[in-house]
Amino acid sequence: MKKKGFYWASITEKTVLAIAGLFLILFLLVHLGINLFLLPIAENHQEIFKEAAHFMGTNPVVKVFEVILMAAFIIHIVMGIVVQVQNWKARGKRYAVYGKSYSSFGSRFMIHTGIAIFLFLILHFINFYFIRLGITEPIAGADVTAPAEEHFNELAIYLFSNEVLYSVLYIVAFGFLAVHLNHAFQSAFQTLGLNHPKYTPTIKKIGTIYAIVVSVGFTIIPLYYLITG
Amino acid sequence: MNFTLKIWRQDGPKDKGRFEKYKVSDISADASFLEMLDILNEQLVDKFQTPVEFDHDCREGICGTCSLYINGRPHGPDEAVTACQLHMRHFKDGETITVEPWRATAFPVIKDLMVDRSAFDKIIQAGGYVSVNTGSAPDANSIPVTKKDADLAFEGAACIGCGACVAACKNASASLFVAAKISQMALLPQGKVEAKERAEAMIAKMDELGFGNCSNTYACEAECPKEISVSHIARMNREFLNAKKDSEK
Repeated sequence: MKKKGFYWASITEKTVLAIAGLFLILFLLVHLGINLFLLPIAENHQEIFKEAAHFMGTNPVVKVFEVILMAAFIIHIVMGIVVQVQNWKARGKRYAVYGKSYSSFGSRFMIHTGIAIFLFLILHFINFYFIRLGITEPIAGADVTAPAEEHFNELAIYLFSNEVLYSVLYIVAFGFLAVHLNHAFQSAFQTLGLNHPKYTPTIKKIGTIYAIVVSVGFTIIPLYYLITG
Repeated sequence: MNFTLKIWRQDGPKDKGRFEKYKVSDISADASFLEMLDILNEQLVDKFQTPVEFDHDCREGICGTCSLYINGRPHGPDEAVTACQLHMRHFKDGETITVEPWRATAFPVIKDLMVDRSAFDKIIQAGGYVSVNTGSAPDANSIPVTKKDADLAFEGAACIGCGACVAACKNASASLFVAAKISQMALLPQGKVEAKERAEAMIAKMDELGFGNCSNTYACEAECPKEISVSHIARMNREFLNAKKDSEK
């Protein structure tokens, strides 16, 4: 039973969770768009990556978005845990024969895939983002000079070419991300009340396509450097 | 047909409870699940044992009283029926059938397979009504309502309040029930006036009673004996967000 003093309605919590999630969904597209230039898709792909990294690291508008992004991460994670704890409490005693009712695979494992993605995020921040903030050091063997973000391409290529474990961890994490996103996309629309007999099937399809594009897109990068060494 | 039944037995709300196995034989394939339980209870009474408590009333699939979680599904393996309309032909001869009560913090077990669903009544009392007398059927017919809205409202009104949605939901969320009850009135002119206050009050009561949140798994829609769509949950969310937007507080 929820306390009276500080009360957020279940739907308010879900709405906040969904809006933060949708922001993260948008961010992933930008992130993927830049990261694809780690691959030799254009002759000067490394320069394009550096230019984009420079823009992301210095543009004042992006700086504002960086703060919003971090807030979105924290809100999404905290709210996800709050909602999940309430859900576990609501069941009480568990069934002996559990959950034969139809429900989509992803929807049953949002907290589990979420935790896996969170653990990956810590590793990813140690590998990259925290270096920029001066909290962590680049992995031994990689040569990174300031400003760090403009050398993230060399760092990423070094990491994926030389550290099989990291490549595998990244690829596994994208698998979890795909499952999470497939449910998340259409779920966010439903939570915000956007359900329509004509458009909802299309939203579900876009969600699945989005989940595939993002996870496959990110997977190709470590896979390419893992194979080509 | 012969069956082994693994049934949840609990002497009272405070008892820990346990599963007990029973055998029933020569059951007609056309017997309903509740008739099969009646036969079991006859056997138990003959042996001077306590019969299995379970909720039932109309046995026509319209009152929403029966509430059995059979082999991992509310109302058992058949689609769009309540347990009283479920027939034994949907099971294999010789099968072991596990029967449990609805499991939710907001639905405490009273005895055996019977749970206290008064939490649903409390949600209705919080706002699931129209405050003024809106007249009788002829008065309602004098107010034009589009066919689309009438059909959607009727879909919500078809909810029998059995609680299968709560039982099926991995979060024991009452969202489909509350959404159906909010929808049926929000869509009609008589109910529209109080739509915002109603949505806020019923959702607040639902949260207070300890039901879980909606994870959009849609297990509720899959198990609802009246096949009520989760689109009503989206409408509930819209009603709630609209109420928040226009709140003067």
